[in-house]
Formats: sequence, structure tokens, C-alpha cells
Amino acid sequence: MAQAEATLPASGSASTGAPSTALTTADGTPLKVSIRRAMRRNKLLAFGLTLPLLLFITFSFLMPIFEMTFNSVDNRPVANTLHRSAAALQSWDGQGLPSEAVYAAMAEDLKQAAEERSIGRVATRLNYQESGMRSVMMGSARMIERHEPPWKEALIDINAAWGEGSTWRLIKRESGAITFSYYLNAVDMTYADDGSIVAQPEWRQIYVKLFWRTAWMSILITALCLVLGFPIAYLLANLPSRHANLLMILVLLPFWTSLLVRTSSWIVMLQNEGVLNDLMVWIGVISDDGRIQMVYNRIGTLVAMTQILLPFMILPLYSVMKGISPSYMRAARSLGANPLVAFWRVYVPQTLAGVGAGGILVFILAIGYYITPALVGGQSGQLISNYIAYHMQQSLNWGLAASIGTILLAGVMVLYLIYNRLVGIDKMKLG
Amino acid sequence: MAKFAPYQGTLERSWHYAYRLICAAIFLFLITPILIIIPLSFNAQPYFTFTPDMLSFNADGYSLRWYQDFFTSSTWMNSIKNSFIIAIASTILATTLGTLAALGLSRAHMPARLLIMSILISPMIVPLIISGAAMFFFYSSVNLTGTYTGVILAHTALGTPFVVITVTATLVGFDYRLVRAAQSLGATPQTTFFKVILPLIAPGVISGALFAFITSFDEVVIVLFVAGSGQRTIPLEMWSGIREQISPTILAVATMLISISIVLLVTLEMLRRRNERIRGVTPG
Repeated sequence: MAQAEATLPASGSASTGAPSTALTTADGTPLKVSIRRAMRRNKLLAFGLTLPLLLFITFSFLMPIFEMTFNSVDNRPVANTLHRSAAALQSWDGQGLPSEAVYAAMAEDLKQAAEERSIGRVATRLNYQESGMRSVMMGSARMIERHEPPWKEALIDINAAWGEGSTWRLIKRESGAITFSYYLNAVDMTYADDGSIVAQPEWRQIYVKLFWRTAWMSILITALCLVLGFPIAYLLANLPSRHANLLMILVLLPFWTSLLVRTSSWIVMLQNEGVLNDLMVWIGVISDDGRIQMVYNRIGTLVAMTQILLPFMILPLYSVMKGISPSYMRAARSLGANPLVAFWRVYVPQTLAGVGAGGILVFILAIGYYITPALVGGQSGQLISNYIAYHMQQSLNWGLAASIGTILLAGVMVLYLIYNRLVGIDKMKLG
Repeated sequence: MAKFAPYQGTLERSWHYAYRLICAAIFLFLITPILIIIPLSFNAQPYFTFTPDMLSFNADGYSLRWYQDFFTSSTWMNSIKNSFIIAIASTILATTLGTLAALGLSRAHMPARLLIMSILISPMIVPLIISGAAMFFFYSSVNLTGTYTGVILAHTALGTPFVVITVTATLVGFDYRLVRAAQSLGATPQTTFFKVILPLIAPGVISGALFAFITSFDEVVIVLFVAGSGQRTIPLEMWSGIREQISPTILAVATMLISISIVLLVTLEMLRRRNERIRGVTPG
């Protein structure tokens, strides 16, 4: 701790009122300096305590995220492998066919790529843009060794695609170090032959629809959570705490139970030979062959995710409602408001902070959900996250996965900022 | 019977009961899916529903075969081991880093507090699928995919926000005069921390640690991307079990996981009460 006890200067100068004399500490340093030093030390100490975690999060979490964002525009494999052709194509105006020099550069690039086995990635990458490019590139790289200049004739001989202007325009467009085609792809757009941006053909349009479906399902889930969570939170906040604590366990137990347990229990509940269908057949609501398909479709995703996310709505609502004094409602009633009016005009406005906090929290969680839709969603209940996973693990189109992920991340970050404004991240409470 | 105020009419009184009924239905929706698993895990048949034998409480309808299946399967046993190794290691790391950071963040002179807090909380906000994909790219570039270290570091990052939040919340009511008192009595910073600060913030630290533990123990998306075949955890086995050949063994595992969460829940509740008592707030 800094020595901050101020001592008046020993001489009588204070009484003479000389404006230059300042308060000093016991060892003679001016008080201001001493305080500033102490403050700086405190700041350093506080920052120093936070530093290890800050560094850890930066290296193990933020950097991966940035790298992924970078992956969504990274086109270096193509740019590096086809660097000669890319340079030669610079001067081509895109009309007709390029000159022999360009063909020679391409032949060189293909030879080297075949030798270094780097042609596969390039072929796959160009194939995303134009199906058929894969075999053009792979085939040409394999055959080029056996051909002699002039390269124009040789390449066209290997594959007629080299005799078409569109092939060269595609390569010219896609051989830069940075590409935006993944992003275009993620919003169902593509480059036309002349380089303008156009919509994908109808049958290839999936992502915009998926983004909307994800947003719409998340809104629906948030609304359902609000409708179901509000009465529960109100009940818990207004019961004597002895009862409320008991009932709270019913909210907290699902919250603490493994996500996979809850998801599998919904499969058990909802499937065709499941508990709910059996029960309905037994009661006689439906016939044995009229069992309702409730899982592996959108209903499954909706029901399971609502139950899984409901505690995230109830808890913030509860903590806000707990702080609302019952006397407001009583005052409203005594002033003649009927119960509905009193509730709607006096009580509900006071809960808006909780509604906002819970709503954004549930929405943020829902929009990025992966496990539950993957297990109970079937085809129609898949969300955008499932396609990120699909491109990461099955189609191996990592650039597209990264660009869809970056778009989703941007959306979540905007919501996070709003949440931060509304609730304050430091006021977030758990359990 | 509820006590009604004299001005409340019949309509309002019947609404009171209707409201209670609605709440009961919602509670049922919340809790049934969890409770239904428990009896079904003792099913003697490989079905996911109640057999007539079970409904008539015939002892033949029940068995422990799925538990036996679980405990004799080397795959499941291995996944238990992996889950505990990863969860315990990442909990220790997350709790240490998170508690230190929370101590720093709670000091009055912390510079750029909100910014740093938002960064530290971000692993909790970013959708898991994005974190998973990002960590896959990054960890494979530094050869950490398919290693325990990789999974543990990833889970530590996910767990720290919970520790930061719970410990910061505990520190809100912290009396820093106690620290000064300890120091004026000649305690070293280490002694002050372990003898004065830590016992007082222990409830927050422990509940943060429990959150970090369950986050890692229950996590599957990151494991899916970062772990190799040597680090398969319980949730990962459940995930592939549900996707490929769903067998009631999963229900037995689920029942055991539910018991773990009940233990955690009870511990947390006791901690919360203790914390309230320390702060002089009497629980009702």
C-alpha cells in the first residue's frame, strides 16, 4: 500500500498562502504523484490478475475464430498453384481466347502441380464454382507431361474446355489470393460468366432459405419459451420461498441435466413407438396405425429445443420478478383497475428487462444449436449449424463452412451487443 | 386452500386455480422427459417404451441388463475415464484462471473492465458449432487435434466464463477492508489470499468450478471436432449411439447422468444458502 498520509509542509508557508506549495507525503513526494503512482500500481495489479486468462482466451479461442473468418476468404491454394497463369491472365481482356503465353503458363503450372500433388485442392476448389472443372484440371494435369508445345493446341486437345473463353474467365476470376465466392455461395449467389453477380439456379438455392428457417424457428422457440416461462417465473416469484425453492428444483434439474440425456428422452417420448404415441393409442385418441410422426421433423426440433431452453428464459425472468414489489399491483387494484388491466399496464412493463434478457439469451442459444436438431430434426428440422457441420465433416468444403459460420457469428455478435446494452454482461447471473 | 382477498370475485378465484393448473402442466413438460428415462432404463426388453409387463409391475418386466451392458463394455468404460480426465483437468485450469481474472476484474481500478469482461465471456456466447469449427482449423494447424491437451484446452476456454461470472458475483459483496486488515497484521499476499480471500469467495469458486465441470462433462460438439478416437467421451458415445444403433444402454447411461446432475444441484443449493448466510441474507 502506498504511503498516502498527507502532511502539511512543516514551515509556515501554508499560512502565507503561497499557491506553489502542494501537499506532500511523509517522504516528501507530492501527494498527487504518490496517489497517481498508487493508482497505477493498483491498475497494473488488477490487469496482471486478469492477464493470464486474457492471454489464454486470446490464443485458444479468439485466434481460432479469426483464423476461421480468414478461411472464409482464403484462396491461396489456387493463387499459389496457378501463380504463372494468374500473372499471365492479368493482361487478358476476357474476350475470345487468351494468347499462347497464357496457355504456356498454364501448362507449366499444371506440370508443377501434378508433380507436387497440389492439383487436387485446386481442382476441388474450382469445381465448387463450376461443376466439371475438377475433371478438367485433374485430367489436364495428368496428361500434360505427354504433350509438346504449342500449348494452345495441346491443352485444347486434352480437354475441349480449354478452348472456351468461360473456362479462362473463371480461372482469371478465381486465382486471386482472396475470394468472395464462398460468401456468395453462402447467400445463394454466384458469378455469372461475365463476372456479374447473379442468383444461383433454383435447385441450388438452400442457404438463404436455411438462414430464414433458423431465424424463424428461433423466434418461434423464443416465443414459446416466453409463453411457457412467464407463468412459471411469476408463480416462483410470488410463492412463499419455502415452496418456491422446492419448485425451483423442477426448473434447475432440467438445466443441469445433460443435453444428450434430454434430447434422447425426447426421442423416447415422441417417436412412433414412443411413450406419447402409446399413451394416445391406449386412451383412444388415435388408432394404432394412425400414430403421429412427432420426431425426426420440425415438430421434434421445436418441442425438444423449447424444453431444453426454457430454464434460460425462466431464470432471468424470475430474478427480475423477484424484485417487483407487490404493492404496485395492489395500488393499481385499489385505484379501480380490473385484474387484467392492472397486470398488463402495471406488472408487465416492469418485467420487460427480464423478458429482454431471457428472450435474447434463448434466441442466441437457439440460433446456433446443433446437437438437438441433428438428432431429432430429421430433414425438415435441420438448422444452419447442421450445414456448417455437414460442410466441415462430410463435403469438406471448409471455405463454405467458414463463410456460413462467419455470417452466423456476425448475427450472434450483434445480438450479444444488444444484450450487453440491455442487461450488462457483468450483471449476468447463473443458477 | 388459497386465501382470497374479499374484493376478489368468483372469476378471479377460478382463474387462480386455472393458473395453478397451467403451471402444473408446464412443470410436467419440463420434468417428464427426464423422469420417464429412469424407469425405462430398467426395461427387460430392448424397447424404448413401457411394455405390458412393466405397466402391470411384473418383476419380469424389469431388469438390470442395460446397466450390466454398460459396465461390461470396454467402450463405455473408456469413455467414462476420458470424460473424467478431460473434465477434471479443464475444471482445474478454468477455475484457477477464472478466479484470478475475477479478482482482477472486481478491483476498483481495473482498466477497460467492460471490454475485457466481454472478451472473457465470449466463449459462452459464440455458438458451439462455430467454436468447434474454428478450433478444428486452429488446433489441427498446431497438431493438437486428437490429443488430450487439445480437448482440455478447448474445454477450459468454454468453462472459464462460468467461473468468471460466479466469482465476480460473489465478490460484489466482498469487504476489502478485511484484506487490508490482514496485510496490516503482517500477512503476506499468499497468506492473505489463502486464509482470508479464498474462504470467503469459496462458494462462488466452487459453483463456478461445478459449472465448468458440467460444461466439459456434457460437451460434445467440440469433442466431435477436436478429439480423436483416443479421447471419446460419454456424450460422444451417446451421440453416436443415438445416431447409429440406438440401444437402451443409452437410457441406463442417461439415468446415471441424471443422478450426477442431482448431486451437483444439491451441492449448489447448499452453497447458495451458505453464501446467503455469510452475507447476512437469511434464506426464507
